[in-house]
Amino acid sequence: MQQTEAFHQRIDQALDNDQARRNFRSAMSGLMEGRAAQFPDDVELQALRDQARAIRQYALSKQPQLLEQLERQLTANGIQVHWAEDAEQANEIIYQILKGAGAKTVVKGKSMVSEETELNHYLDQRGLEVLESDLGEYIIQLAEEPPSHIVQPAIHKNRFEVAELFQKFHPELGYTDDVDQLTLAARQILREKFATADAGISGVNFAVAETGTLCLVENEGNGRLSTTAPRLHIAITGVEKVVEKLSDVPPLLEILTKSATGQPITTYFNMISRPRQADELDGPEAVHLVLLDNGRSRIRIDEELLDTLRCIRCGACINHCPVYVQLGGHAYGTVYPGPIGIALEPQRIGIDKVGTLTSACSLCGACGEVCPVRIPLPKLINRLRAEAVDGLRSDTTVRGHGSLRKSTEAKTWWLWQQLYTHPGLYRLFTWFATRLRGLTPPRLGGWTRYRSAPRPAARPLRELARQEGFRDE
Amino acid sequence: MQKPEEIYFFGTCLIDLLFPKAGLAGMQLIREAGVRVIFPRNQTCCGQPAFNSGYRHEALDVARALLACFPRDIPLVVPSGSCAGMIKQHWPELFAGEADEKQARAIAARTYELTEFLDKVLQLELNDLGAPMQIAIHTSCSARREMGVADSIEALVAQLDKVEVLEQARKPECCGFGGTFAVKQADISGAMVQDKTDSLRATGAERVISQDCGCLMNIGGAFAKQGNQPPATQHIAEFLWERTHATD
Repeated sequence: MQQTEAFHQRIDQALDNDQARRNFRSAMSGLMEGRAAQFPDDVELQALRDQARAIRQYALSKQPQLLEQLERQLTANGIQVHWAEDAEQANEIIYQILKGAGAKTVVKGKSMVSEETELNHYLDQRGLEVLESDLGEYIIQLAEEPPSHIVQPAIHKNRFEVAELFQKFHPELGYTDDVDQLTLAARQILREKFATADAGISGVNFAVAETGTLCLVENEGNGRLSTTAPRLHIAITGVEKVVEKLSDVPPLLEILTKSATGQPITTYFNMISRPRQADELDGPEAVHLVLLDNGRSRIRIDEELLDTLRCIRCGACINHCPVYVQLGGHAYGTVYPGPIGIALEPQRIGIDKVGTLTSACSLCGACGEVCPVRIPLPKLINRLRAEAVDGLRSDTTVRGHGSLRKSTEAKTWWLWQQLYTHPGLYRLFTWFATRLRGLTPPRLGGWTRYRSAPRPAARPLRELARQEGFRDE
Repeated sequence: MQKPEEIYFFGTCLIDLLFPKAGLAGMQLIREAGVRVIFPRNQTCCGQPAFNSGYRHEALDVARALLACFPRDIPLVVPSGSCAGMIKQHWPELFAGEADEKQARAIAARTYELTEFLDKVLQLELNDLGAPMQIAIHTSCSARREMGVADSIEALVAQLDKVEVLEQARKPECCGFGGTFAVKQADISGAMVQDKTDSLRATGAERVISQDCGCLMNIGGAFAKQGNQPPATQHIAEFLWERTHATD
């Protein structure tokens, strides 16, 4: 299968890139330590996780009503609401708004949903100039790469690689690999763009139905500038981001920033509630919100899979994943990498589109242990493995289910089933396997590329136990 | 819970065939504490390999065959975090809606991982008879996260006067085994076990102990392939039995 082959090629490439692997290892260690330092008291942490989970779960259970309320509130506040079924629709809506306003240049704050719709590419093709204003996003825009992490999009690059990129695109600034100098250089380049851009585009972290408030979490101030300096602001987000009330925000914000970057709070937290009013000196004249479905409604149908949508995109599961730290984000080949990507992407775009993505997980449980909203990620990944081979015992709504079922593999499991459901046969098997252990093959596929082959013992446990006088009723 | 009179012992398919001494040591430790150990002869496998690979029908059939081995209401002790976790955490899900769901849930409720049983139920007191030794402990992910019993192996080893535990970097990180993961994603798994063996070697420990033979097969297999005087690997039950029954 094409997707699976491509996936394995990307894995090989990722594992061969020692520099990137060192970058990931050091970055992820820092992020894990940072998070741990924010949660010194486990009892408090677990209580906060319970609270965050409950808020998100409630919002999902009432999502249709909350979205209606959100639309009413936003409209009353003067923010125009648009609904998009899929990526194409969302992009077209945004393009038409920009065109209608005569906008030619756009500054963007960080938005994973816009990565999902490939908005930059869409607008670029239609002659608009789009500039990413988040430093990490700006770096990968220069490098023409997708994000390798949902919170830290350029985490795969170290400062020397960034220095080279800046040298290439902005030779006038002179070479430096000092992080502060690089940040200053980026600030210089971007400030000018903020002042002159016709429009700003941003994502949304929480959309509050009660008040019609769009909350935006960021560290660089670029989000604030993108949403206030240009005369037009367009926000795009997934429909699942709605929460019921303003008082839901503080606990979610706290657990988001602590889990994501190990910060008690981010440098900037924006609450956008309306366009510029007559008596105000700044802010955009028009604000729009594009609410994107893109497969989310289908995920909502299934009671177990629904949990996927609780995600607040903190990236803690990614930071703690022992597979991600080896591969980095690009190897996954999906918009969202790591455990949340393995759980979400097959559902969002179809199992047939992601190849053997779900196999890139050792089910170690580290992700589920840190998820701030208690998404049972290992359980979801296991479920999707069953979906992939049609191994479930119930109906399913997941697209592309069964697409990875192969008859040889199915037959192997059938044989395994025969052996382990017939104790007499199994005893015969272990009798022979132990007596003939000298014949154990020295090479066992990928296993012996990195390890010696396991060898049966001289006698199985059942025989040793009987010799030692244990009862075997 | 109170110390029971008797228990069922599920040796697991991996231990039965590859690491029987680990299973035997576990049974001997329990018997020595005055508990009758029953080893049902028809036991095979808990169904985990198929369950984690998506083949739930096959997993259910195998789990059902095992279910029939433990009819009486006595504890079930399993010398493996992942097999114990399969029964305790996943059987209720696997059997959901089936006629024998109730039995599966009942067995799940009385399932113990071996170190948990030795430490928390039997409250074993250990008398260290061995020579001074430095070891490292690798906690299996299933014992740590699925079963939540990682403290038991540490508590048992802490009772051994002459054993010093050295701490490896990134101790809670997965060794890369993950059952069929090690075969389906052999290269990722290989990179993971390389990191794990590097961190274990860096401690200078002469032995690596764990509650899971899956991890030990992975880590020990990688050590053997790498050569260069690696630490030995051993299951906790065998280690405890050896330390408390030194013959030299």
